[in-house]
Amino acid sequence: MSASHTVQEFIRNNAQKDILRFSTCGSIDDGKSTLIGRLLHDSKNVYEDHIAAIKQTSRKRNFSEEIDFSLFTDGLKAEREQNITIDVAYRYFSTPRRTFIIADTPGHEQYTRNMATGASTANLAVLLIDARNGVVTQTKRHSFILSLLGVPHLIIAINKMDIVGYRQDVFEAIKSDYEDFARKLDIKDVRFIPISALKGDNVVHRSTNMPWYDGLSLLELLETIYIGSDYNLVDLRFPVQCVIRPSMDFRGYAGTIASGIIRRGDEVMILPSGTVSRVARIVTYDGELDEAFPPMSVTITLADERDISRGDMIVHRHNLPRLERHFEAMLVWMDTSPMDLNRSYFLKHTTRTTRVRIDEVRYRVDVNTLTRQPAQPLTLNEIGRVVFTSVTPLMFDAYQRNRATGGFILIDPHTNATAAAGMIIEREPSDHLPSHITGPAAYPSLTRHESLISREQRSTRFGHAPATVWLTGLVGSRKTAIAYALEKRLFDLGAVAIVLDGENMRLGLSKDLDFSSAGRAEHLRRAAELARLLNDAGFLVICAFTSPNADIRRQVAQIIGLDRFFEVYAQAPLQWCEQHDTTGLYAKARRGELPHFAGINAPYEPPAQPALVLDIPAISVQTAVDLILTLLRQRGIFTRPSPPNSPPPPTPSHSSHTDSP
Amino acid sequence: MKRYALSHLKQLEAESIHIFREVVAEFERPVMLFSVGKDSVCMLRLAQKAFYPGKLPFPLLHIDTGYKFPEMYEFRDRLAKELGLDLIVYRHELAGKLPHPIDCQKCVNTLKTQALLDALRKYKFDAAFGGARREEEKSRAKERVFSFRDQFGQWDPKNQRPELWNLYNTRINPGESIRVFPLSNWTELDIWQYIYLEQIPVVPLYFAKERDVVIRDGQILALVPPNSLLPGEQPRRMLTRFRTLGCVPCTGAVQSSASTVEEIIQEMMTARVSERATRMIDHNVEASMEIKKREGYF
Repeated sequence: MSASHTVQEFIRNNAQKDILRFSTCGSIDDGKSTLIGRLLHDSKNVYEDHIAAIKQTSRKRNFSEEIDFSLFTDGLKAEREQNITIDVAYRYFSTPRRTFIIADTPGHEQYTRNMATGASTANLAVLLIDARNGVVTQTKRHSFILSLLGVPHLIIAINKMDIVGYRQDVFEAIKSDYEDFARKLDIKDVRFIPISALKGDNVVHRSTNMPWYDGLSLLELLETIYIGSDYNLVDLRFPVQCVIRPSMDFRGYAGTIASGIIRRGDEVMILPSGTVSRVARIVTYDGELDEAFPPMSVTITLADERDISRGDMIVHRHNLPRLERHFEAMLVWMDTSPMDLNRSYFLKHTTRTTRVRIDEVRYRVDVNTLTRQPAQPLTLNEIGRVVFTSVTPLMFDAYQRNRATGGFILIDPHTNATAAAGMIIEREPSDHLPSHITGPAAYPSLTRHESLISREQRSTRFGHAPATVWLTGLVGSRKTAIAYALEKRLFDLGAVAIVLDGENMRLGLSKDLDFSSAGRAEHLRRAAELARLLNDAGFLVICAFTSPNADIRRQVAQIIGLDRFFEVYAQAPLQWCEQHDTTGLYAKARRGELPHFAGINAPYEPPAQPALVLDIPAISVQTAVDLILTLLRQRGIFTRPSPPNSPPPPTPSHSSHTDSP
Repeated sequence: MKRYALSHLKQLEAESIHIFREVVAEFERPVMLFSVGKDSVCMLRLAQKAFYPGKLPFPLLHIDTGYKFPEMYEFRDRLAKELGLDLIVYRHELAGKLPHPIDCQKCVNTLKTQALLDALRKYKFDAAFGGARREEEKSRAKERVFSFRDQFGQWDPKNQRPELWNLYNTRINPGESIRVFPLSNWTELDIWQYIYLEQIPVVPLYFAKERDVVIRDGQILALVPPNSLLPGEQPRRMLTRFRTLGCVPCTGAVQSSASTVEEIIQEMMTARVSERATRMIDHNVEASMEIKKREGYF
């Protein structure tokens, strides 16, 4: 047979082959290295010089002429010295049917981080169980991590069958134990094989020692297991990686298809802008394509000029990912420095990098017992469920549905270390997630500068101390009316006062925010920061915000300063507010058009210890103003007397700037 | 093949293209190390594919020890001209000037590793593509695709960034750099199949030819300057080819009659010796590659 004929046939055969990426896991003595060595050796994937070197080392270390198969996976010098495996090692072999990439993950205490790394790209995992020990804690721990990382196929290799006399009852008992346990996990496809890596039973060749087992050998299974459905071909997600613009007349969006199928002529939407266009061409070096699918790397041109850049996502118009700043994920902490709730991390998700704040750790998972532990900041190799808010919105799907658009990494902004890996959870709509507004500064290196003017100097000039009166209560509880009446009264009394109300802020400062819980929390954070600045300038600030969430009001108070924050509760029964509503908002909320409307479809949490309660239906707006004024006097904020029956004093002069022309 | 499935080579290609684009999108000054060998030419083709129809958005850097085979220089210069490549050739001041006989260890330490670090610093490159593959050698098996190097270009195998999915952490401080290996998951056989399918030109040294050689310490060395016969050695003429290409004094040939890419692939299918067996530099000390890499070698 001529060389060229053989090669053509070989390459043709190879063109049919796909890649199976699998990871191997098990405890230290379960025989993982031996299994991999045996797999490589028996499938004739080891070179003669390697075998010679290993025979030599086997003699030196074990004083034996037999090949120590575990030496095929022997790694770094540092590892040999300590006789442990530090890191994930990647190994390659192929058979006439498939090519394989093994992520060989060590079984010692760094297992979580390494296993998660190896599992992240795996189609399949081989989990070893020692037939003498059965299902142990490590088995459960490893299985949990595999299920967390969404590995679609799992082979349980029950090893060391030779030591237990190749007994079927041992195998069946372990299998049944594992099946009981695995019901709690989310792994779609689990298979069991009895093997002996040391003796080679059922690794590459089927064993004659276990006639009761009529299944495939491990290699046969690896060669034939169907992985075609592992890619999501339904939801088109094309994260733009970079823009290729060699000339004025070519503008292409380069990227890797994360999921779904894109075809020439498809109507597509570009996120986050929401603009719509049509796929003009799918360009590659090897010619244009009619369609492209994962994991192809292509370049797309659109029918219209659109402003698109790295981090944007091209999707089908009627199949959209979630587009939100607020989300929840399972997080595997991988850094030696523990999670710092006061730090904002970089988050890399698809081709987009943004900053995120950790709002809350809901719970930590004890990987040994698979139980939920009280929340606390995660440390190295810990796993927990965490709520995030990002600076810019992410386009994501649940990890269980789409690995490519559901996974992210966190990067420590100080050390640049990869701090954690996250898998986004579908379950909660973001409006139900707890949110925090007293998050850390985006750039912790910033320092606060002090004004040269003291509080006392400002108070002396204005004739009153600064304070924020925070009116909270249901929609329609007359907060706004009271706020403006109070502002007028204070002004007439010579004070410097200003109202911040929710609607006005939404028209300007908070124009970019939505009504999700993250949007509302940010809205209140801005109001609080603004009130704080105005207080710093010496102003009296009157805030009128429904602000139904007690926890967020507490955070507002912290921003403004507890000593100058006065929570005033405009207390009115829901029914009364609804009856007197002139805005139509209650009617809309009743029709279900306004989600999370306090009192209707979201709770209003009354203040536990307000500075003042106004019994709204019983008193007039002017009485409410009087009561608040009395409060401010009692607290020493505003001590100037109200002149009886005299016209309001003139406005104090503000033209004392020495630098004015 | 099923309709929506990619062959393993197409999958590897797609992955490599993704890596190239990620670097160009996230780094200021990337560069591609170009050693003229088979891995380099594959890497070059993949880079062309990644930015098609645009040109390569980064220069190529050849660290020239002065001891490469003449065929390599010819090939390099012709390729650069034909493809209009932005090629930087960097030579250490001692390149081609080491005392005879050439100490391979010194050649690697000074003319390759030190020169590489000097060049990266001189041009302020913050990311450098290399053609290394994990399959080549056991310390490479634990290398990341994006491999962090400190200010001294050193690799710390115990402190590598975990690498999940295809989300690469590209953040570095000034002075630090990342070595990027787009061919991480390729094997030697994959490379040759790709060269065959893509019809990529390679240096003729890979093809068998009658060559003047000398057998020294079990290695077949080409009698090309600076190699010369030592007292008592006999020159021989043998049908040989090179499986990997490095410097003349430390690159061994193999006996082979494979004179086309097809024949090389056929030979590979039955090859029983790993490719780095012909690199004398790897045999010197146990764990020699790991040590070289820690010092800044690729």
